[in-house]
Amino acid sequence: MEKFDKLTGVAAPMPLVNIDTDMIIPKQFLKTIKRSGLGVHLFDEMRYLDDGSPNPDFVLNKPAYRDARILVAGDNFGCGSSREHAPWALLDFGIRCVISTSFADIFYNNCFKNGILPIVLPREDVDKLMDDARRGANAVITVDLERQEIHGPDGGTLHFDLDPFKKHCLLNGLDDISLTLEKAKAIDDFEQKATRARPWV
Amino acid sequence: MTDPKTLYDKIWDAHLVSEDDDGTALLYIDRHLVHEVTSPQAFEGLRMAGRKVRAPEKTIAVPDHNVPTTLDREKGIENEESRIQVEALDKNAREFGIHYYPVNDVRQGIVHIVGPEQGWTLPGMTVVCGDSHTATHGAFGALAHGIGTSEVEHVLATQTLIQKKSKNMKVEITGRLQPGVTAKDLTLAVIGATGTAGGTGHVIEYCGEAIRGLSMEGRMTVCNMAIEGGARAGLIAPDDTTFEYVRGRPHAPRGAQWEAALAWWKTLYTDEGAHFDKVVTLKGEDIAPVVTWGTSPEDVLPITASVPAPEDFEGGKVDAVRRALDYMGLTPGMKLTDIAVDTVFIGSCTNGRIEDLRAVAEIVRGRKIKEGMRAMIVPGSGLVRAQAEEEGLAAIFEEAGFEWRLAGCSMCLAMNPDQLAPGERCAATSNRNFEGRQGKGGRTHLVSPQMAAAAALTGRLTDVRDLL
Repeated sequence: MEKFDKLTGVAAPMPLVNIDTDMIIPKQFLKTIKRSGLGVHLFDEMRYLDDGSPNPDFVLNKPAYRDARILVAGDNFGCGSSREHAPWALLDFGIRCVISTSFADIFYNNCFKNGILPIVLPREDVDKLMDDARRGANAVITVDLERQEIHGPDGGTLHFDLDPFKKHCLLNGLDDISLTLEKAKAIDDFEQKATRARPWV
Repeated sequence: MTDPKTLYDKIWDAHLVSEDDDGTALLYIDRHLVHEVTSPQAFEGLRMAGRKVRAPEKTIAVPDHNVPTTLDREKGIENEESRIQVEALDKNAREFGIHYYPVNDVRQGIVHIVGPEQGWTLPGMTVVCGDSHTATHGAFGALAHGIGTSEVEHVLATQTLIQKKSKNMKVEITGRLQPGVTAKDLTLAVIGATGTAGGTGHVIEYCGEAIRGLSMEGRMTVCNMAIEGGARAGLIAPDDTTFEYVRGRPHAPRGAQWEAALAWWKTLYTDEGAHFDKVVTLKGEDIAPVVTWGTSPEDVLPITASVPAPEDFEGGKVDAVRRALDYMGLTPGMKLTDIAVDTVFIGSCTNGRIEDLRAVAEIVRGRKIKEGMRAMIVPGSGLVRAQAEEEGLAAIFEEAGFEWRLAGCSMCLAMNPDQLAPGERCAATSNRNFEGRQGKGGRTHLVSPQMAAAAALTGRLTDVRDLL
């Protein structure tokens, strides 16, 4: 997993609430057996017209946002299914940070496994960043994970909270499985104990 | 004396391998269910790292999302990508030595129906699957999480999940449900009351007289949609209804082990005075048969209501409702019972069990579906299909004009050929009405099996109580 330390880029505004995982990556693209190459299908049904051409009204098709690295999104982003194809598609497009007032739990977790930082902020802060994002290429935002700060285009700084373990893994690009396998002894011990207590499992 | 615990606290404590100072915990996983869509990258990850499946005997795989449900299934899967995905599961199951129900096995079906049916899901277990509707298994008093593919790989390799403990939320449904009102109406009504983010960060325990009165099938329907309310999991404390359902299933314990298991299962309830961070209470009597009118499962109203206007809402929901009404082709003020449907889908992990099919048969027996209606019934498993045939339900369905299909996820998410065309409108017993969920441009109204049956007969959204 790629490390995340500091990210500077254009933020795209997507104020719609309840953007679900079917919107982020529709099911016809879940038939892949790979993780890569999904960026072209990100937000497929909103992003392309029926003839397959890009919808000029969709935010990521506008020249100012084609290279967006950050999304500022409405409440409850990523609700719906557990498909990790959603963060894979975001990452493949180049989005490495999503900012909202709230995220669905599974999507939120999936982001961290893929080097994407989801940031939860109070509504007034999200509203402020949404306004900044609407200014397009003139509104470059910097996200500093180490300091847990967002630096806006006008010099303002916002602080965000984050679980220390998730931050540590993201900063260092750590693979969860390797970390857990270091606890193999504890798992063995638990398994023996649990088998005695609940042999039917 | 120890502090009173919730059911969630008890299951959590019984599976805690380790916990760091910051609350990051390693939770042992008793059952890992696997399907073809969210697992290929996880098995590939194992292979590349030279890792094995740590507990293949606790890992159960079945293809469901991509499989055709037409009777000519043995011809194989036409879509190449779908076929490759199912073949990948075949290969991975063999190579890693996990339990497997292939497409041609009568026990094949939707993973969340197969698990309980085969007795893999038992009270007090931790269950995961790379699928958000894993919440279904909470009906047994099992802590069941939907997980992403990276976590699937983590569980395959370590049989554990890294978790932080969620908060406790209680949803109590007092009293009894009225005739014509089902578990589906109950679970949709809860989401209507709490919103799709109402359960975020929480594990919901459903309780109260109306919940106790539900069969296991009904309880699975309720817990299935806990995820639509944003919850990490849904739970119902096991009781005699649970134990009777589990007893004698192929992988349920027997003899002395059954007795030992039963003794432990009977301790799985929330202690008097245990703390809940959030409590929601609804009266069972107040719940009507409901339908969704929008593109979020929280867009729920009683069938007797009318389509709302964007101005009836606040904040970001105003624009979302405007967009939803445009997508759904609906005008504010029109009666929900005036909405015509051209398709009816009965099935899914929400409502593809035998009790659901019996309820449909009650409504459609001796009647015909509306002319021109496309109506399909897709049983949740091959065994549900066999039982429905044995009970004579299949004959009733076919007589009424329904297509009677083979088991799979089918039109719930339309990864197989069962899809809506743009503009088609469907009364569906599934769980999501998102834009494009059942096919690009397709319009979905979520309903109970009874309400879907009623819509198939009349050709419009219909109050099933008028047909009882």
